[in-house]
Amino acid sequence: MSNQIIQGILLGGYYALIACGLSFMFSVMRIINLAHGSLAIFAAYVLWLLASRFHVSPFLGLLIVLPLMAAIGWALQRFLLERSARGGALLPILTTFGLAIVIDNMLFEQFGADTRSLAPYIGSLSYDSWEWPGSIYVGKLAVIMFATAVILLGGLQLFLTRTRLGRSIRATSEDPDTAGLVGVDARRANAIAAAIAMVTVGLAGAFLGMRATFDPYAGAPQLLFAFEAAVIGGAGSLWGTLIGGIVLALAQTVGAQVHPQGFLIGGHAVFLVVLFVRLSTSGLGLRGLLRLPSRSAS
Amino acid sequence: MSAVSSSPVIERGTATSRIAAVAVAIIIALLAVAPQFLSAGAVDRMTALFIYAILAAMWNALAGFGGLVSVGQQVFFGLGAYFAIRLADAGLNPFAALFVSAVVVGAVSWPLSLFMLRLRNGEFAIGMWVIAALTHLLVNLDRLVQGETGTSLISLNVYHAGTRRVTIYWLALASMTALLAVLFGLLRGSTGAAIRAIRDNEDAAASVGVRVTGTKRLLFVLAAFGIGVAGALWLATSITFQPKTYFNVQWTAYMIFMVLVGGIGTFEGAILGALVFFLIETWFGGTGVWYLVGLGATAVLFSLFLPRGLWGTIEERFGLRLLPVGYRVRLPEHPATPLNDEAPSPERTTQHQEKA
Repeated sequence: MSNQIIQGILLGGYYALIACGLSFMFSVMRIINLAHGSLAIFAAYVLWLLASRFHVSPFLGLLIVLPLMAAIGWALQRFLLERSARGGALLPILTTFGLAIVIDNMLFEQFGADTRSLAPYIGSLSYDSWEWPGSIYVGKLAVIMFATAVILLGGLQLFLTRTRLGRSIRATSEDPDTAGLVGVDARRANAIAAAIAMVTVGLAGAFLGMRATFDPYAGAPQLLFAFEAAVIGGAGSLWGTLIGGIVLALAQTVGAQVHPQGFLIGGHAVFLVVLFVRLSTSGLGLRGLLRLPSRSAS
Repeated sequence: MSAVSSSPVIERGTATSRIAAVAVAIIIALLAVAPQFLSAGAVDRMTALFIYAILAAMWNALAGFGGLVSVGQQVFFGLGAYFAIRLADAGLNPFAALFVSAVVVGAVSWPLSLFMLRLRNGEFAIGMWVIAALTHLLVNLDRLVQGETGTSLISLNVYHAGTRRVTIYWLALASMTALLAVLFGLLRGSTGAAIRAIRDNEDAAASVGVRVTGTKRLLFVLAAFGIGVAGALWLATSITFQPKTYFNVQWTAYMIFMVLVGGIGTFEGAILGALVFFLIETWFGGTGVWYLVGLGATAVLFSLFLPRGLWGTIEERFGLRLLPVGYRVRLPEHPATPLNDEAPSPERTTQHQEKA
């Protein structure tokens, strides 16, 4: 059992990876991007294409994919989200949902219904493991994934608190108008934040492709995992996302023990339980759930 | 406001809207006798159109009027079909099962609303999606359904195919008419004023004494019931029940498409959207993936450039209203221009202020 717990915790690293972009975008722009999962799958497909067609290792491929994702994030914010956010809080949900449908079906059109994986292109890493005391075997990939999540979350935290750009992003998220008064370009800050979020999405897509299989319609479950991890963690600091991811993964592990189809049920159930407990104790809506500072007059 | 001749006139019905009311009655009567003249295939297609109209109107009630955008409405569609299967299996007449099932769906949505309505905006949207995903998994556990293999509404087979087709057609037409009438009545009454007040500004509505949660719950349960009816009717037309098909998020995608294109927050818009969707499906449905890409792209473009949809734009441009649910203020100087100021009483919401 302790073996499964460790595997669960390591899987939580993946959920933290996919969740941190969603939660980051939400905390800066107040937009929940429903195309989040589909974009991760898109990144995985680009890596797969590079590896299968041009024999580029997925790790090297990241050098191409991550800048590409950053550009997509920037464009997404500038051309879609910025415009749609002006129409109220509900419109971005519809815009990004439409975008998700477009991405999913374009991927299907391009790559067909076959499930793909990046595992064949990363050599022995996909199955190598270390033996830990107590005859516990942990996959090298799972450990790398977890470490990446920790480094990414820590890096983001440092970036937001220590750098000038990070501070201007935080200022924009608190109050874009006042930030503008003190010389912060809110549009630029938001576009950069979206670019950063998409880089994390690209990383998450890469790890998803390496540790499992994916198909054109795999985006929706990834979005749900990301959302669940972000809400469970109650991302006050980015570290909450990591805790949320671990809780989600452990619940899935327990669910799988109880029933063969219990993996997903366990995850959804723990999400609803956490939500229920938090709603009945705090009585707060969205802001309270993600423990965000409330924006003035809203 | 004194009744001086230069003061604005508050009106609801217009000459056009009275003609429209008569036209609606004639259209419904014509549709009721239509199966006499239509081929079997055409009757099936028309049944599908009625179901789309129900879906669009119900999603519009929730999102356009209640301000509750849900991406998980397929949960009620799937449950409507699932409970019908269950009830028919327990020995209930299959046609009766369709409607009892929808009542059960409405009853289930009530406790769900206590919980879900505390979430806001995007969180409500994805929260509903999680509910749909979880319900799908739980339905799969039912042995009767046999996992993704699915099952059928076998008891419907005792009826002759022709009788069955026409009966389902009439049931769908009657359900659509009844649900649209209920929604129309609701929106015209005092609840309607409350609904639009909440959509425009929830906090302000609460401060003038609108029962925000109660009103939202009413819409949530109505939408669940209506979509439950749609799911059960869809089961009746297709006979087979595969959880994957019914709990598919594409149903919500269709609803969003219809409402966005037709005009979110307008009563007529949802019906127009259903009609547009029906025609697009008839003409391009065969192109498979590109058809879905087109639907998604159209939804994105409408949300960015025409967020009021076709009907909202027509209404704004020409001041045309066929089935008015709000009131509008007409200034004598500019007879066709609606006044965009706040009305002193919440009853006087103008339809032209609607936004997505």
